[in-house]
Amino acid sequence: MSTSNLYTRGDKIFGYANAFLLGLFVLSTLYPFIYILSASVSSGAAVTSGRVVLWPVDLTLAAYERVLSDRMFWISYGNTFIYTFGGTAMSLLIMVPGAYALSRKRLRGRTFFNLMIAFTLWFNAGMIPFFLNMRDLGLLDSRFGIIIGFACNAFNVILLRNFFEAVPKSFEEAAKMDGASELQLLWKVFIPLSKPAIVTVALFCIVSRWNGYFWSMVLLRGEEKIPLQVYLKRIIVDLNSNDEFASSLLTAQYSFETITAAIMVASIIPVLIIYPYAQKYFSKGILLGGVKE
Amino acid sequence: MMQVRLSHYMRTLGEDLRRDWQLYLLVAPMIIWFLVFLYKPMHGLQIAFKDFSIFRGIEASPWVGLAHFQELFANELFIRSFWNTITISFLGLVFAFPVPIILALMFNEVQNALARRWAQTIVYLPHFISVVIVAGIVINFLSPSTGIVNTALGWFGIAPIYFLTQPEWFRPVFIGSSIWKEAGFESIVYLAAIAGVSPTLYESARVDGASRWQMVWRITLPCILPTIIIMLIIRIGNLVEVGFEYIILLYRPSTYQTADVVSTFIYRTGLQGTQYDLATAAGLFNAVIAFVLVYTANRISRKVSSTSLW
Repeated sequence: MSTSNLYTRGDKIFGYANAFLLGLFVLSTLYPFIYILSASVSSGAAVTSGRVVLWPVDLTLAAYERVLSDRMFWISYGNTFIYTFGGTAMSLLIMVPGAYALSRKRLRGRTFFNLMIAFTLWFNAGMIPFFLNMRDLGLLDSRFGIIIGFACNAFNVILLRNFFEAVPKSFEEAAKMDGASELQLLWKVFIPLSKPAIVTVALFCIVSRWNGYFWSMVLLRGEEKIPLQVYLKRIIVDLNSNDEFASSLLTAQYSFETITAAIMVASIIPVLIIYPYAQKYFSKGILLGGVKE
Repeated sequence: MMQVRLSHYMRTLGEDLRRDWQLYLLVAPMIIWFLVFLYKPMHGLQIAFKDFSIFRGIEASPWVGLAHFQELFANELFIRSFWNTITISFLGLVFAFPVPIILALMFNEVQNALARRWAQTIVYLPHFISVVIVAGIVINFLSPSTGIVNTALGWFGIAPIYFLTQPEWFRPVFIGSSIWKEAGFESIVYLAAIAGVSPTLYESARVDGASRWQMVWRITLPCILPTIIIMLIIRIGNLVEVGFEYIILLYRPSTYQTADVVSTFIYRTGLQGTQYDLATAAGLFNAVIAFVLVYTANRISRKVSSTSLW
């Protein structure tokens, strides 16, 4: 007997109504993406006059040609790659060994270190003292400052530590019998066994680095150092279509709107590429991190 | 006696350090990082009580007691930003908080596994997009001259609305787009809770002739109530934290009256206006309230769920 036979007419109506409403939500989530994509490949005139609603009108790649010929676009794109991969590597290099050591019950001072890290979830000095500290450290307008200054956070450390703590003792004992040192134990036993947690943290880092703009905007002065999101912010938010620069863009082929749409698409594409992995690991990570301490 | 204990402590400490030097080596960079980047700024918090000058430095600047706090509480703009923070958080609690719960319940009722997976994949997506892009989309959509929203309103003969420059529209736009960005992803927590509900409950309810609607109300919702309560407590604990990085992108002087929150006030007075001491005082005020709220929230959740959040 199939389950659908168990349902009354009311249940079926419920099912349809649910599917319909959920479908509406899904479509309204999807719509902005489709619109931006369509606008980016439509002519400027069609977008400005409101003729683009869902599908592209007067198909053209003029906006992309304009964006891709902009030197700053490539510089900021390259910077974002540096910050994303450099930053993620730095995060893992500091947090993985650290969290491993904290997962070892015999480490003296462990409780104190744990408390010290967890406390930062509750209280932090805030924007200005953090900024002044970066300034005192000579890390203003520095690529290295961006990479090191945001390398750790308590949430990720706790997530990794909890995962290491859950590694069965038998693995460790077998390795100890062979005379493995702590370093070998970490490298040969714990890291391979904790790949899901490490990948999760790496993806958290990658996504937050790729998308982060605020501190890059505050700390970086040099044009040559800004990441993509800061470049995007300058074009999309600081300018608007009434500006001189924006109106200088206005031709029949592309307009301010199609250009910003093209930049947005270019910035979203890498996110879409890692999205399948990110989705899988993020949902696990959220639940892993939810049970803290 | 005291000396014996101390010397014992020192001796075992020496032994432990010698035995576990590799572990200390592994943990050292991380501990140093936390000290340098998160604890050292706490030392800088003292400028909230000092007449800070960037040339004199933190130590050499003279103490002024609570002068900055007095100045803040007399500052209409600060008071306004504080109430805006609370109001925006509270509106988020009312309008945005229930959405992921409803979404999770709805996902759970979709029987076609493929359709469900696709729907989830799509609604999680905006979480991974930067706030700059989201602000870009919002600005693009709401433009009075070329935006699709005003174009659509035009079909019904409605004159263009200046959503982003009118104060009364800021909060609906901010909360609406925040729901678009995060509600889907936040439903994950509730879906996990729903997955833990025992199937036997549904089977016996079905035998008793319960409809699907009744099962949602009488089984699923009560079963995930503990999760809802915990999430609610976390949310209340974060009442003074709003997404200021997003607000900075969306607000403008004409909407400050409804949009300016404490963090954006700090950003403007401190980082753009270089009144570091006053801005630090505002930050400290906010951080202390946040600490009390989070601490209380944690205590309550410990009582409610027997598992603490931290």
